[in-house]
Amino acid sequence: MSEVLVVVEHAEGTVKKVTSELLTLARTLGEPSAVWIGPGYSDAAAAALGEFGAAKVYVAEGAQYIDHPVAPRAEVLASLVSEHSPSSVLIASSADGKETAGRLAIKINSGVITDAIGISADGIATQSVFGGSTVVHSKVIKGTPIFTVRPNSTPPMPAATTPTRVDVTVPVSEVAMKAKVTGRTVAQKDGRPDLSEAAIVVSGGRGVGAAEGFAVIEALADSLGAAVGASRAATDAGWYPHQYQVGQTGKTVSPQLYVANGISGAIQHRAGMQTSKTIVVVNKDPEAPLFELADFGVVGDLFKVVPQLTEEIKKRA
Amino acid sequence: MKIAVCVKQVPDTWAEKKLRSDDSTLDREAADGVMNELDEYAVEEALKLQEAHGGEVTIVTMGPERAGETVRKALSMGADAAIHLVDDALHGSDALATSYALATVLAGRDFDLIFFGSESTDARMSVVPAMVAERLGVAQLTFAQKVDVDGTSVTIQRTTDYGFETVEASMPAVVSVVEKINEPRYPSFKGIMAAKKKPVETLSTSDAGLEGSQLGLSAAWTVVEDFAVRPPKAAGTIVTDDGDGGVKLAEFLATQKFI
Repeated sequence: MSEVLVVVEHAEGTVKKVTSELLTLARTLGEPSAVWIGPGYSDAAAAALGEFGAAKVYVAEGAQYIDHPVAPRAEVLASLVSEHSPSSVLIASSADGKETAGRLAIKINSGVITDAIGISADGIATQSVFGGSTVVHSKVIKGTPIFTVRPNSTPPMPAATTPTRVDVTVPVSEVAMKAKVTGRTVAQKDGRPDLSEAAIVVSGGRGVGAAEGFAVIEALADSLGAAVGASRAATDAGWYPHQYQVGQTGKTVSPQLYVANGISGAIQHRAGMQTSKTIVVVNKDPEAPLFELADFGVVGDLFKVVPQLTEEIKKRA
Repeated sequence: MKIAVCVKQVPDTWAEKKLRSDDSTLDREAADGVMNELDEYAVEEALKLQEAHGGEVTIVTMGPERAGETVRKALSMGADAAIHLVDDALHGSDALATSYALATVLAGRDFDLIFFGSESTDARMSVVPAMVAERLGVAQLTFAQKVDVDGTSVTIQRTTDYGFETVEASMPAVVSVVEKINEPRYPSFKGIMAAKKKPVETLSTSDAGLEGSQLGLSAAWTVVEDFAVRPPKAAGTIVTDDGDGGVKLAEFLATQKFI
């Protein structure tokens, strides 16, 4: 069976959920080989990758690969592609992932498709574009296809195996070392799931009215084990930090459940959440365009509806 | 300091976008064209650096004739000059071709910094800045929420999922910016008038020394098989809160097994 490279997303030695999704998808295309780049590979990481069917793990271990953004990762992958001729390369659609894919595409003269939400066995990728209004099927016609895949697009299915560890050492070129990471600043951890990976996202917009108003949004999110998001109106007003912005100029999310509170639903916001599986809308304006996307909507004051919902969820827990 | 800012004309952010039925490329006629929003932040950052450190800001764009409107807007904001790569042969260029064309135009012009918005609102790939850095062999400083220049060294805060990374390089470098970096200025009346007299260098692909075999739809590394406009979603259940809206919502979530 042909080999499919899956680039592992990891933080502090822990494999991220999107990697299990990518391994699951890769099994429909061939035999997955995970690629671990950077420090922190461990037995636990091997087990996490084996659980979802990684037959092999290429380990490029060392700080030199992450102390310079993106470029060294592309060099490691280019070297693996030229040595092992995989049938395709799958990378998560994160900022780093997309840029890595872009640089790799140039190095190996291959086409790249970003933000795939599915890939068929014959290599045709499905993308949902223009805020989810259009579905596009496309394929790479030159070189080794490189796909970046959106988190939450493939349900992870275990297929346990014990991966073989293959250590790789790729010298990082001088060009790739031109930009150097000199510090990492971790924003206040809120203890909630990552916005881009979360199964449930609870968002607030203009209707929340003030920074303090986000307390009811956060309380609902915590009752559901959800991530918190915000519309651009809310982040621009300074009510909630920018990194939580969902929309055309913020993050694109595709959770199982998206709960939009006080968000009218301009294209700017819809572009970032329209592919969510189930959409719930709370807004006091019955004309809010987001109701068109709602599986369930409540016309009402979010400061009454949301706390009542939170209480009800706690009662049922 | 010589600064380039690459800008792209895109369909108006608020318009519904669609693909052309003949060649599956973006229908650029269907909506008004505007400067890609994040590119305005890139222009603003370049102008701020120019105000602090001196030098010249050159706008670079690739796109059809009408992309000239976007060039004028950037010049009205205060940029000094522009280069507009325009040629029918560019139609349908994908990210690899776009980065090739831009890198070729930028190479040999001795720019210290090359700015981009971190993403366009139409294609949304976020790959071109990294690709241009790769092609030019210069430092990649992308997703910047803050840029500081000190002599020949440039330091950015790269936005990450968990906060930010501080990344440093010597010039030349490619920098892409995210929206929290600044608040773009509006062109003043004086700026709009002055822009009319600023030099715009118009290049064809052969002027720029580009190889036709690397450009346009026929050279693309990817191909669209088909596309479909998603039918509007079936109407959901909408209730009006009569004091039990939260309870009804909880019942819905329970039937969907979320709680």
